[in-house]
Amino acid sequence: MEESLTLKKLRERFPASIIDTHSFRGDDTAVIKRVDVVDICRFLKESPDLSYNFLMDLTAVDYLQMGNSPKEGRFEVVYHLYSLKYNHRVRIKSPLTEADPTIDSLTPLWAVANWLERECWDMFGIRFDGHPDLKRILLYEQFEGHPLRKDYPLTGRQPLIGPKN
Amino acid sequence: MAIESALGESVVLTRTDKVLGWARKYSLFLYPFVTACCGMEYMAAAASHYDIDRFGAGLPRFSPRQADVLFVVGTISHKQAPILKRVWEQMCEPKWVVAFGGCTCSGGPYDNYATVQGIDTIVPVDVYIPGCPPRPETVLDGIMKLQEKIQSQKQEL
Ligand code: SF4
Repeated sequence: MEESLTLKKLRERFPASIIDTHSFRGDDTAVIKRVDVVDICRFLKESPDLSYNFLMDLTAVDYLQMGNSPKEGRFEVVYHLYSLKYNHRVRIKSPLTEADPTIDSLTPLWAVANWLERECWDMFGIRFDGHPDLKRILLYEQFEGHPLRKDYPLTGRQPLIGPKN
Repeated sequence: MAIESALGESVVLTRTDKVLGWARKYSLFLYPFVTACCGMEYMAAAASHYDIDRFGAGLPRFSPRQADVLFVVGTISHKQAPILKRVWEQMCEPKWVVAFGGCTCSGGPYDNYATVQGIDTIVPVDVYIPGCPPRPETVLDGIMKLQEKIQSQKQEL
């Protein structure tokens, strides 16, 4: 299948930072190195013929103990971008290691990244460099750990009041 | 016995206890502590079709100081728990608590880091209404159970 315009342009522009790309039934995905995440997203946002102006979602995946875990690291941050102008989407993934789960913040590009990155920090413990106020958004400050990590105990509870149940 | 027959039907003799219970059970002021989807079913039960007002429970109060039944409707998270406790503490005696829906009874479908496994770990519960969400009939049944309980309690003055 012919490569889509987005993936083609990404490969041309950032040959060194694209680890992999694939397209499944029209869904484009690019796996990238974390160092270039802001540059790549800015390129996607500001190129007139791509114009991915909307950060739809930002989340992470914990591949702990998965057979197909990416060799580069345990976590993968996933960005879903959408172009309101062209009605097309792209998914950007970036693997992070367990020892250093850090990636640059997208807050300079999209204001919405602020809360999405705080949620990602809250749930997965991924740090976003350059975030103006990286603190928990859903859980309480006293909470220890990050509950959506696969090594967080399934029934691990940290009640503020009342018995542990 | 003799007095009753002398006075005819114009006077009813009873005990203060019973009168108080009767008055209390038909003037329930609910505080709906609504946090999740069960709230829709509470609204259905409270609206005219099922008409919760038949049981004297038609007027929700949104101040705990004016309410005497705490209706906990919906999932309670550990983050929410201190707020629920505080609302309960602010209510005046006599007060009752109804656990509305599976989430408040036992955590319902949620068994994870976030959800309180039953509000009875935080506040004492008088009536449990199961269901996810409970149908209005179940809610009315729960209110009738609460009324029975109120009537049979010792009435503090
Ligand atoms: S019991 Fe079911 S309907 Fe009610 S709050 Fe819980 S999940 Fe929602």
